[in-house]
Amino acid sequence: MKLIYEKSQEGRRASSLPPRTLPVPDVPEELRRERPPRLPEISEPELVRHFTQLSTRTFGVDTGFYPLGSCTMKHNPRVNERVVNFPGFRDLHPLQEEDGAQGALELMWRLQEILAEIAGLHAVSLQPAAGSQGELTGLMLMRAYFAERGESDTRHKIVIPDTAHGTNPASVTMAGYEVTPVQTDPRGNIDVDDLRAKVDEHTAGLMLTNPSTLGLFDENIEEITRIFHNAGALMYYDGANLNAVCGISRPGDMGFDIVHFNLHKTFSQPHGGGGPGGGPIAVRDRLEPFLPVPAVVRDGERFRYDYDRPQTIGKVRGFAGPFGVFVRSYAYIRSYGPRLREMSEVAVLNANYLLAQLKDAYDLPFDRLCMHEFVLSARTLKRRDGITALDVAKRLMDYDFHPPTIYFPLNVPEALMIEPTETEAKETLDEFVEAMLEIVRDASERPEVLKEAPHDRPVGRVDEVKAAKRAVVRYLFEDHPDLSADGSEARQLEAQKGA
Amino acid sequence: MAAGESYPDDLRYNKEHDWARIEGDEATLGITWFAQDSLGELVHFEPPEDGAEVAKGGSYGEVESVKAVSDLISPLSGTVLEVNPKVVEEPETVNEDPYGDGWLARIRLGDASELDDLLDAAAYKTFVDEQ
Amino acid sequence: MSFLSLTDRDRDEMLATIGVSSIDELFRDIPAGVRFARELDLEPALSEQEIVAHLEELAERNVDTGRELSFLGAGIYDHYVPAVVDAVMQRGELLTGYTPYQPEMSQGVLQAIFEYQTAICELTGMDVSNASGYDGTTVAADACYVAKHVTGRSRVVLAETLNPQVRQVVKTYAPGFGLEVVEVPHRDGVTDPDELGEAARGAACVIFQQPNFFGCLERAPDLAAAANDAGALPVAHVDPVSLGVLEAPGVYGCAIAIGEGQAAGNYQSYGGPHYGFMAARSEYVRRMPGRIVGETTDVEGRRAYVLTLQTREQHIRREKATSNITTNQTLLALAGLAHLAWLGPQGLREQGETCMALAAYGKERLGLPLVFPDRATFKEVAIRVGRPADEAIRGARAQGVHPGYALRRDYAGMDDALLVCVTEKRTEADIDRLAEVLAA
Repeated sequence: MKLIYEKSQEGRRASSLPPRTLPVPDVPEELRRERPPRLPEISEPELVRHFTQLSTRTFGVDTGFYPLGSCTMKHNPRVNERVVNFPGFRDLHPLQEEDGAQGALELMWRLQEILAEIAGLHAVSLQPAAGSQGELTGLMLMRAYFAERGESDTRHKIVIPDTAHGTNPASVTMAGYEVTPVQTDPRGNIDVDDLRAKVDEHTAGLMLTNPSTLGLFDENIEEITRIFHNAGALMYYDGANLNAVCGISRPGDMGFDIVHFNLHKTFSQPHGGGGPGGGPIAVRDRLEPFLPVPAVVRDGERFRYDYDRPQTIGKVRGFAGPFGVFVRSYAYIRSYGPRLREMSEVAVLNANYLLAQLKDAYDLPFDRLCMHEFVLSARTLKRRDGITALDVAKRLMDYDFHPPTIYFPLNVPEALMIEPTETEAKETLDEFVEAMLEIVRDASERPEVLKEAPHDRPVGRVDEVKAAKRAVVRYLFEDHPDLSADGSEARQLEAQKGA
Repeated sequence: MAAGESYPDDLRYNKEHDWARIEGDEATLGITWFAQDSLGELVHFEPPEDGAEVAKGGSYGEVESVKAVSDLISPLSGTVLEVNPKVVEEPETVNEDPYGDGWLARIRLGDASELDDLLDAAAYKTFVDEQ
Repeated sequence: MSFLSLTDRDRDEMLATIGVSSIDELFRDIPAGVRFARELDLEPALSEQEIVAHLEELAERNVDTGRELSFLGAGIYDHYVPAVVDAVMQRGELLTGYTPYQPEMSQGVLQAIFEYQTAICELTGMDVSNASGYDGTTVAADACYVAKHVTGRSRVVLAETLNPQVRQVVKTYAPGFGLEVVEVPHRDGVTDPDELGEAARGAACVIFQQPNFFGCLERAPDLAAAANDAGALPVAHVDPVSLGVLEAPGVYGCAIAIGEGQAAGNYQSYGGPHYGFMAARSEYVRRMPGRIVGETTDVEGRRAYVLTLQTREQHIRREKATSNITTNQTLLALAGLAHLAWLGPQGLREQGETCMALAAYGKERLGLPLVFPDRATFKEVAIRVGRPADEAIRGARAQGVHPGYALRRDYAGMDDALLVCVTEKRTEADIDRLAEVLAA
């Protein structure tokens, strides 16, 4: 398929602007644009066709089953798209006076109250733009909390399990802390003995998701909470896996002091090919003074911004946050009400249904019931048949399934992390099981079919090494290189980036 | 394409998986088989400048694979005499021959006593086995 | 429940397959002490039509730009969003796909991001762009982080004419990044290059805005030169729709160009979600935070796109992240691409010229003193209304017009100043109305 720039023809144009009769003032010469940007020159029919073709070469939840572990690829309700486009939301300027934005302010306030209840905590900021920004904000809150207590110099470590999502250690580093890794025990819980040895007066806190990236609920969570709170440290909950426990176990009740939510995972904001998302945070009351500013508060029947927060860490994003994401998540939660519990129950049911049927055919690192996701390993397939998790993933494409997350978490070799979510039909799950079992059979009977997969996609396996070496990251027009000239191989990432 | 696992006896190693070959008051530096195996095929080498000072335990450059960027941690202090242009052009040379053609930099030693802190091949191999 | 697909019979069969007698049993690993014993205290579930009615009621209580003639700008703008953008944003595959980690399943979105990266590089005159940042504020923090890594220096210099929220976000990120933040005050609405140069000595970077927050045109090439002379990276925070008439930062010596993309292709949406953009010279390609799509080939030699240079987040030997961003703002950035493609180079220039022409008309027609009378402007103008700005806003709004942003909220000596924004959606008649309302 051609790039839009390759479809460009000089003189073609899609846009029309109202006629202008007013004179245009001169731009001072040294500030004036000399050469126009080489944007595409394309007509509307060509433009619409181009984007339609791009979308048909993209697989979304709307297309088919998308069991990407830790991403919660659930159905995105269409009513959310209708309401987010109401002019009163869509065309509202963020600097509109408060009396002209009461509907928006009320929606945000209500969403805050809802999230506080779901978390089992006291105060919420909707500002962070994504989960990893929520993490960074949470860590900044920790810094502010310890600074107030005069403990900034002593507390410089954050404990993270070896199963942690890749953003966790990155966020820790960006916040100016050091990572202390802790091991996982044979049941898939944090190794409590290892933890006890590593938590001391230099520990600022823990960053954990529960259930973990292994899809397992940490059975020792109460002991873990005791260890951290006895050491005067704080506990941060990564909400990426909240879909498993809404209304069943609340992070605040587990002992966590700061929680971030992923509105694009648990609360149905569509993933958009990489965003937008939303990463609001909920905190225990002693951390409330440090929350980003402005806060959204209620005064009787009116809703307003409160900027009078002398201890705030500041601002992490423009305005009040990604408002359109709030509208969708709010509408979504209002569709469930207290029945959010059922959302989680079915998410866990669907995952266990798959696990029960696949755990004998694949290697199972931890033999327990899972939560909303589970991890299998292809290590026997690799040893016996030379078939890797990567090969399994590519072959699943031939069955019109998006592959699960692969090579994560890092402590499971040839990992396959599968999260069906609650919105899938039983028949889809059954078809997925069939495909996964057939792949095991094909691994011994006709492995070449797996090695050469996928067969029916616009491209086969790609050369990631060439991509990183040549770093061709934009169209170079007349100077655009022909990369096929330097030979072609499938050289693909065998260690998957975190989801 | 990648070399077989080995840890030559004539080299010294640090725990960050870098090696040094001592030649009088100079040393050649590189990364070990374990390091290149963990990283995967290298796509980029960010070398130090000629004449730059390096400190033992400090970073003197970076190598990059599709999976990760990794600091090069100098086992010894000194001054950079030369960097390997072949690796700059073809970083995958390190995977093919981590101890020979895949050398990264040559330095003039600052403090010979630092050698005592380095691991010999046997000790390094034991360390690697524990990873 | 309409979003769940299982029937009661399905559930029973599934429980039997798993070998448990109830869904409750699936949660047996959760210790009793942390089990939530009651129901969530949330209002009962609403049907679809009740949700629509409820959200309609909330939306009705917002005065949007369809219901009030608005001259509000100050970072978010009421530009015309063409229908093709809506069409693109509603394509289910683009809307509901994840970050494209499996390239064979996602060539469409990967190619679209590559095209977006190209468009941003063309606009800004740079060599590499990422796939987007969260918004126009956080990309400034990103730029500081890159500059610190590149130069080894920790001081960052911000022009006071840089959007106040951008400055506030940089200051929030600064302690964790180990940055010292210094501001250079404005001199009659713009930044003095000598003062900037002085502050930039020993600094990692300098960030200025073009057009600046007051709507004035800075001597951007001189600011960039002053930074370069001091060994600091010049970073320009730019308005994407100005880049048809104003020179690209890459051409006048900047190292990095950043900005808020909203004006190109996104609705105002009460502040978000939008997209931040970040582009840089080629020597920084391996330092760029965020996602980047690169071109390559597949096993058959066919052209293919893939996420590349993804090593910023994870290191095998030491935690040394340059970014933690994963989910970014892809869909909004693709809306930006669709918008820029719809405009084309001619359309972008015409749109910019129209904004300038209308703003110039406004300066004349309003007949009010300009805060910075000697400065050239783009689409925003700071005027003095002769009484407290908030009073003027109240008065105007009572007549169905929002006259602009009260600059006193961020700057001293501006109690009677309004920042008036005129986009191509405004007409001469609209401006005449504003003049009437402010004169009253």
